[in-house]
Amino acid sequence: MKIPYYPGCTLHERARDFDVSARECAKALGVELEELPIWTCCGAVFPLVTDSVMDILAGVRNLEYASRIGDKLVTLCSFCYNVLKRTNRVMRDDLEKREKANLFLRADTAAREEVESYTKTDYTGQVEVLHYIEMLRDVVGFDELRKKVENGLGGLNVAPYYGCMLLRPKKEMEFDDPEQPTVFEDLLATLGCDIVDFPMKTECCGGFQIVNDEELAVMCSQNVVSSAIKRNADVIVTTCPLCRYNLDKKQEEMIERVRGFRRIPVIYFTQLLGLALGIDEEHIDFSDNYVDPRPVLAEKSLL
Amino acid sequence: MAEDMATIYVMGKAYEVPKDLTIMKAMEYAGYRFLRGCGCRGAFCGACGTVYRNVDDYRLRVGLACQEVVQDGMYLAEIPFFPGNKAFYDIEDLEPNSETILKLYPEIFRCLACNTCTKACPQDIEVMEYIQAALRGDIAKAADLSFDCLLCGLCAARCPAEIVQYNVALLCRRLYSRYIAPKAAHLENRVEEVREGKYDKELADLKKMNERQLAKLYDSRDIEPGD
Repeated sequence: MKIPYYPGCTLHERARDFDVSARECAKALGVELEELPIWTCCGAVFPLVTDSVMDILAGVRNLEYASRIGDKLVTLCSFCYNVLKRTNRVMRDDLEKREKANLFLRADTAAREEVESYTKTDYTGQVEVLHYIEMLRDVVGFDELRKKVENGLGGLNVAPYYGCMLLRPKKEMEFDDPEQPTVFEDLLATLGCDIVDFPMKTECCGGFQIVNDEELAVMCSQNVVSSAIKRNADVIVTTCPLCRYNLDKKQEEMIERVRGFRRIPVIYFTQLLGLALGIDEEHIDFSDNYVDPRPVLAEKSLL
Repeated sequence: MAEDMATIYVMGKAYEVPKDLTIMKAMEYAGYRFLRGCGCRGAFCGACGTVYRNVDDYRLRVGLACQEVVQDGMYLAEIPFFPGNKAFYDIEDLEPNSETILKLYPEIFRCLACNTCTKACPQDIEVMEYIQAALRGDIAKAADLSFDCLLCGLCAARCPAEIVQYNVALLCRRLYSRYIAPKAAHLENRVEEVREGKYDKELADLKKMNERQLAKLYDSRDIEPGD
């Protein structure tokens, strides 16, 4: 089964481990993630101005590219997912913006009359934007997934960290309950993990504030990390390259701030999935993790 | 008006010109003399980027003045030079990744993916696509897609994010050829042979020859040498 796939810029370079592990896991589950032949940056932040269509064009374009090769679009990065899903909603529900954006896309055709492949029909929000977790739940199915698990992850205490972008705003994302989400836990239970519930699982990691106000961002991520440590988690799992950076790499600074700080590995959920599915460690690739998860995984006989 | 003539408007002023002329020749016919904004006249140098608009068409069109043939009723202006930000760097000090590009041209982060640049390219290059490839560090793709760029500057003239696409492309092609493209083994071997002095004697002999001897040697050369 082929499903259109949007990696996003970060997965193309800085989060290769996320991209490679996701593709390998999908393959093992009988899904081929078909990278869009053309794609642009999603825009990284969904624009909140209501009177500009220019700002959503990047998202619209990627959705339109996806519509040429399928009826779904799978993505992994929480920011990409947030932007694409909300843009898609605008194209589905806001007829005025839809018309304007399509007029703009049609101008591409006008400029390239000889190019056949350019957009012929309007984009109306017909593509279903799926997060990879939703693909596992709705396309593969957790029951099917359970059958493919080769190495149960029993004994590993895993703290699922949602962050904000997957869940909020609720009525636009329609991903899960923003205060008490469970889909991540359901996935981890399927893999046999021992789930660690912790109160900061839907709090912000600091996000892009790491660029403007590092102090503030590290404070946010430290709250999240400490909360998971207090609940005796062995690892934190995340769905977002920026959360991963803030929670993992910034432990470098947390060590200096907090006396007796115990470091905790932060890994992508696809890396954990890869372990469960028996994917080669080379494709899971822990080399980019600041806090090396291998010792704790080895201790639990998972490597 | 004679059947073989057309009316064109250069910067708003009407001129009657033969209708089979290129924009550049038509402007010269009308009395303009190009000191700048004109180079090879063969669609290679990119000096004569031109913006025009036809009768009853809202769309801005672009072309190279040395190639595009005039049309009756055409409004046009050559873009003589468009100032663009240019980073200075020593290619030997760089690494071929997105960080390098973002450091030298941070404004590419402002790309909205509006595709206006692509529509402004007289070379039919996928300009937005190569900027987006550069943004995510896919330097090989950016170099490949931008290969036909003549640096005419029309993309930069139209970009709402004030990106200088052609200079970003140049950087990508330089990074590609310096760090990513496979090395030509035969060239490396030959350079090594030159360094080792394999051709020193041959060169010294050539330097001693007079014009007649050189001509004779040239005429008797092996044009398609065998192995």
